Amino acid sequence: MEEVANLMHGFATVLEPFNIGVMIVGILLGVIIGVLPGLGGANGVAILLPLTFSMSPTSAIIMLSCIYWGALFGGAITSVLFNIPGEPWSVATTFDGHPMAQNGRAGEALTAAFTSSFVGALFAVIVITLVAPLVARFALQFGAAEKFGVYFLAFCSFVGLSKEPPAKTVVSMMIGFALAAVGLDHMTGQLRLTFGFTELLAGFDFLIAVIGLFGIGEILLTMEEGLQFRGKRATINPRVVFQTWLELPRYWATSIRSCIIGCWMGITPAGATPASFMSYGIAKRMSPRGKNFGKGEIEGVVAPETAAHAAGTSALLPMLSLGVPGSPTAAVLLGGLLIWGLQPGPLLFVEQKEFVWGLIASMYLGNIVGLILVLTCVPLLAAMLRIPFPVIAPIILVLCAIGAYTVHNNPLDVVMIMVFGVLGYVLKKCDYPLAPLVLALVLGDKAEEAFRQALLGSQGSLAVFWSNGLVGSIMLLGLIALFWPIIQNSVARLRPRPAV
Amino acid sequence: MSDESHLTESGPSQRIVETAVALLTLAFGLLVLLGSLQVGIDWGVEGPKPGFFPFYISLFIIVASLYNLMQAMTLGGIKEGLFSSWEQLRRVMSVVVPATAYVALVPLLGIYVSSMLLIGVFMTWLGRYSLVKTLPIAVGVPVLAYIIFERYFQIPLPKGPIEYWLDL
Repeated sequence: MEEVANLMHGFATVLEPFNIGVMIVGILLGVIIGVLPGLGGANGVAILLPLTFSMSPTSAIIMLSCIYWGALFGGAITSVLFNIPGEPWSVATTFDGHPMAQNGRAGEALTAAFTSSFVGALFAVIVITLVAPLVARFALQFGAAEKFGVYFLAFCSFVGLSKEPPAKTVVSMMIGFALAAVGLDHMTGQLRLTFGFTELLAGFDFLIAVIGLFGIGEILLTMEEGLQFRGKRATINPRVVFQTWLELPRYWATSIRSCIIGCWMGITPAGATPASFMSYGIAKRMSPRGKNFGKGEIEGVVAPETAAHAAGTSALLPMLSLGVPGSPTAAVLLGGLLIWGLQPGPLLFVEQKEFVWGLIASMYLGNIVGLILVLTCVPLLAAMLRIPFPVIAPIILVLCAIGAYTVHNNPLDVVMIMVFGVLGYVLKKCDYPLAPLVLALVLGDKAEEAFRQALLGSQGSLAVFWSNGLVGSIMLLGLIALFWPIIQNSVARLRPRPAV
Repeated sequence: MSDESHLTESGPSQRIVETAVALLTLAFGLLVLLGSLQVGIDWGVEGPKPGFFPFYISLFIIVASLYNLMQAMTLGGIKEGLFSSWEQLRRVMSVVVPATAYVALVPLLGIYVSSMLLIGVFMTWLGRYSLVKTLPIAVGVPVLAYIIFERYFQIPLPKGPIEYWLDL
């Protein structure tokens, strides 16, 4: 088993004192980011990305991915105690988590949430360890047409699988592609879409878009709702933790099901949020206590948390093995790779073994450290949430501005986050999904390059995307994903309706 | 609007905002179309010209925007009622206005002084805090940022006349 040896090397890298320190700092920052409104996984990582410019790529990715794990953990705290999801994927956790807290079982709910998150993540990391190298090895044979096919598949699944109206998903995604095209065309060296503005020469940086769309946009949404943080107090003592742990194995079926749903939705870029809802819905239907869901059922916390964390973690699988991120946060991490001078894609597993396996090892350790940290720090983090919004909002704005400036040392970028922020607020309120925009902005250049190279090889004939079995089946899968709602409807129509 | 429950609250309707957004994305699509036509969308000696890919992107934006526009006009598949009430929009603007002033001030005053002003204005105006409570946070956060970014990570942040005068 070559992978096991590689993984052990990875652990050796992660266990260096500096990397352990970086890991703990990352998780702490991540949990704080997950708890605070307006700071989420994607823009939190985007803001802190410049801090890693001076680190080695391995330490940098450990820190940033740990911020991500921390944010995944942190979202549950606000859901349970305050009925406010800190992250979109924690919405389903509020359904049963908050009623539990109201019944005085906050400690139990939090322990269940954290432990389930941990289980989901662990499952996903094991999947990554076993599957990612195989996918990468397979993907090494890919030519330009196949590469474009993979992007095509990723973007089609967005349109077909997201709950937003398909036309809006298409608009959002294509705006991302268009923004990515602004500036220098890398293949011909010509300028395009700049309309004579020198400011547009460098194009649009996705980090700026992420900080604006997700950071500022989120603050505006929070402000509109006029949130008052009135939460339940919680203390977690070892006895509660232990009792909950004894109870949890009873829900093994829900757990395994949620792990699988989460991994599936994370690898296809549906993401953690739909995964958590789907898992909650299925658990409600399958559980013998399904009727009690929504009133404070511990299984209703286990299901969405497991799935969300499994999805969030497995979103890194396609990023590592194919260079296609499965979530906005994974997209930011991929942007980080480019900045540190690494080429994302299957070659990473060959050329950057230390980096890849260091990252995978840090996923194992990071989630263990994360579980311990959140279990011990809940009162502290809950206190942080009681900081009134007029104090925390300007501080988050300042952080967003600093993060935006440090990307290119360009003061104009600070202005741009405000533009993207207002845009994000309006788009979100009109049901336009933001994740496809960010992903298209990150992948735009690469997708275009693959597309044009494939066409160059075929003298402009689109038949190149059906020229062999491999690229043909990838494209076919993409089309199936694209038209999935239609396929699903026609299948449902053929079947007799079940009695309601 | 016809929705009775919203009679007490008024504000722009979802339909108007959706229509405006669809028109905006349509305009953006046309702009991209224009830009790609400028640089050429056909094949040159080196293969597809730079406008080739953006051209098709712009077609997607235009067609999907037209569809969204039609949906918004006929109220197909969009939420009825208000986009948000004037009261909610007032709250949103109470962040947008100071934040916009802030990002406009950063290039002039540098990030530290602007941040102090932003936190100060937010806490005293929106949060109605006393100056005694406001000042430590308004000064403390930028100072902390200075120590973390400039000193520890050696990342320079935008500075204004006051920082140069203090020779920081």
